[in-house]
Amino acid sequence: MIAPLAAFLLAALGPAPRATVPSNPAAPVASASPGAMSNGMPPPASTYTSVPGAPPADRVKEGGELYAVHCLSCHGATLHGTPMAPGLTSSGAADVDFQLSTGRMPLEVPGTEPMRGPPSYPRPQIDALIAYIVSHGGVGPPVPVLRHNGDLTRGRVLYEENCQQCHGATGDGAVAGFGWLAPSLKAAIPIQVAEAVRVGPGIMPRFGANDMPDRDLDALVGYVEELHHPDDRGGYSLASAGPVGEGLVGWVTGVGGTIIVMLLVGETLKPKR
Amino acid sequence: MIRSLVTWMDERLGGAPFLRNALKKAFPDHWSFMLGEVAMYCFLFILASGTYLTFFFHASDARVVYDGTAVPSLHGRTMTEAYASVLKLSFETQAGLMIRQAHHWCALVFAAAIVTHMSRIYFTGAFRKPREINWVIGFTLLLLVMGDGFTGYSLPGDALSGAGLKIAQSIALSIPVIGGWVAFLVFGGNMPTAETTNRLFAIHILFLPLALGALIALHLGVLWRQKHTQFPGENRRENNVVGSPLWPNYTVKSVALMLATFGLLLLLGGLVEINPIWQYGPYDPWTVSSPAQPDWYVGWLDGSLRLGPRLALRFGGHTITALFWAGAALPLCVFAIVYAWPWIEKLLQGDRAEHELLQYPWQNPLRTSFGVALLTYVALLLLAGSDDVQARITNISVQTITWAYRIAVWVLPPIGFAIAWRVCRELQARHAYEAEHPPRVVLVRTDEGGYDEEPVDAPAVVP
Repeated sequence: MIAPLAAFLLAALGPAPRATVPSNPAAPVASASPGAMSNGMPPPASTYTSVPGAPPADRVKEGGELYAVHCLSCHGATLHGTPMAPGLTSSGAADVDFQLSTGRMPLEVPGTEPMRGPPSYPRPQIDALIAYIVSHGGVGPPVPVLRHNGDLTRGRVLYEENCQQCHGATGDGAVAGFGWLAPSLKAAIPIQVAEAVRVGPGIMPRFGANDMPDRDLDALVGYVEELHHPDDRGGYSLASAGPVGEGLVGWVTGVGGTIIVMLLVGETLKPKR
Repeated sequence: MIRSLVTWMDERLGGAPFLRNALKKAFPDHWSFMLGEVAMYCFLFILASGTYLTFFFHASDARVVYDGTAVPSLHGRTMTEAYASVLKLSFETQAGLMIRQAHHWCALVFAAAIVTHMSRIYFTGAFRKPREINWVIGFTLLLLVMGDGFTGYSLPGDALSGAGLKIAQSIALSIPVIGGWVAFLVFGGNMPTAETTNRLFAIHILFLPLALGALIALHLGVLWRQKHTQFPGENRRENNVVGSPLWPNYTVKSVALMLATFGLLLLLGGLVEINPIWQYGPYDPWTVSSPAQPDWYVGWLDGSLRLGPRLALRFGGHTITALFWAGAALPLCVFAIVYAWPWIEKLLQGDRAEHELLQYPWQNPLRTSFGVALLTYVALLLLAGSDDVQARITNISVQTITWAYRIAVWVLPPIGFAIAWRVCRELQARHAYEAEHPPRVVLVRTDEGGYDEEPVDAPAVVP
């Protein structure tokens, strides 16, 4: 009795259907994290360089060709945006990588809300697009560098103070109001989480290096990674829907189950007349 | 040996005639008469499981540093002693988590069983004279269970229940004149304080269970004295009770139900996770999570808050905040209507006679329709309490859903009333027609496979 119900809830609540729109292009750039790139370590999840202003020329050229085919119609030939889409002149590598690697861009139908999905391009093409877009300004935050040595307890405190109000205690996502949904974090890889924190896609707040130092970012990303393996020692988790699912199960199995017993024993034992 | 023990008791206390009489007491056989027993067995279960939990729970808001390893992401975290002790009783105590979960499941089923039982009482008119007293006691029991459930759910000091507690405190504060005193008495100051858990604990394990136990005893005593109602039927009259004797027939049935209830609760406690406080984290006022709902029996009050108007009244330097209407005034009105229903019905229908025979719901359209409307209203409030979860499932904006409920709570209860009224009337008409036109023939299947008409008085051919 529980399984189909829970499966329904699970399917209904699964990875968030709607996601976030591109970041605000007018966002100030003070939050860029120069320290992240100066420690000499390569970005773990990608092979491209995201240092603003220094992309190889052939990569920029390849990116320009891709841009002309897939992005130009909405974001404009000069990357200053059109009525359909924001400009990209202040987008940094983190922003572009987040939107492309999570499959949010390019949009199938311009003007709709970007949703998480399989990325449309392989890694080299994403790198080329980053190089091209960043060469047109690229003042936004670069791709953060993660050391994967964050303190778990610290990460949890940061998550509870800054993230679970929208993404939920279990990271399954929740409504954020006015038609916005905070997506589930279960599908996000660490570098995408870090990028989202630095960029602040959609209505999500942006956390610069002053708000969240690199050490804290490492800790936070580590805890979000931990949420991918939920600790359901209590048994079946009912899709982590909290008291809503629990109340449903309490009624169906508690009242429903005992009524079945009542029907079984209720009128079968007749007294002798 | 039992015989000699009973004789020994009888020679000293003289209870044999009462006992002999009691064991022969008739219990009607209809299954719905056992709904209240589920609630009673839930009380026994919740008392036993709760006692086990008190051995390990520390009702203290003192701040401690968690040094356990059961939840790595909380290691080294500062939290209340209460929260730390619940982690310990969940992960480092024999059967602790299962008992804690079964205890919580039991609270949900307890309240649900009472609501179902009360619905049966209501829709069959079992509350009519002389049983108004037990109606009032029974509904008081539901309110006490709601209070006991809410205080228990709040004890661990996790982020989810802490948010609910803060809302409850704000509602208490919103009550005019006495609100401040009530809030400070229950919460020991402006929550979170060092007193809150201690006071909730006293209410949860002492005051409310005592009141529950006493009122359940009274409820059963009154039931015993007044005897059961029964549905009308063959040989069933206003002055008798037809059913199984308490011993042995009804005892066997009831014990079966008790064991089934206990088994179900333990299965739920062992297999289905409930209130995983280690996922929610310790409470701090700024760490409220989402989605956030209370347990279902409080959920309709949460829904009321979500739908309620932003209506603050100011006069003479006093303010009645918006919270008061949806959080305090509305539930008080609902409670008052339910308490007063036996007398409201007397007033509306003028029936002041004693009734030992029940009515079927269609026999009293006004009562049935009003009950349907009230249940629809409360159910809509309960649904509105999870509007954010529904927004996530349906991809509709939570504001749109909230507004839909704001309209629905005015529109759907009258529609429910009208539908129930119509159905009752149709059933009444059908029963009246059948009473006036009794069937004169019955169709009987013959041995050859054909069909034959026979007069209704002829003995029916049973295949």
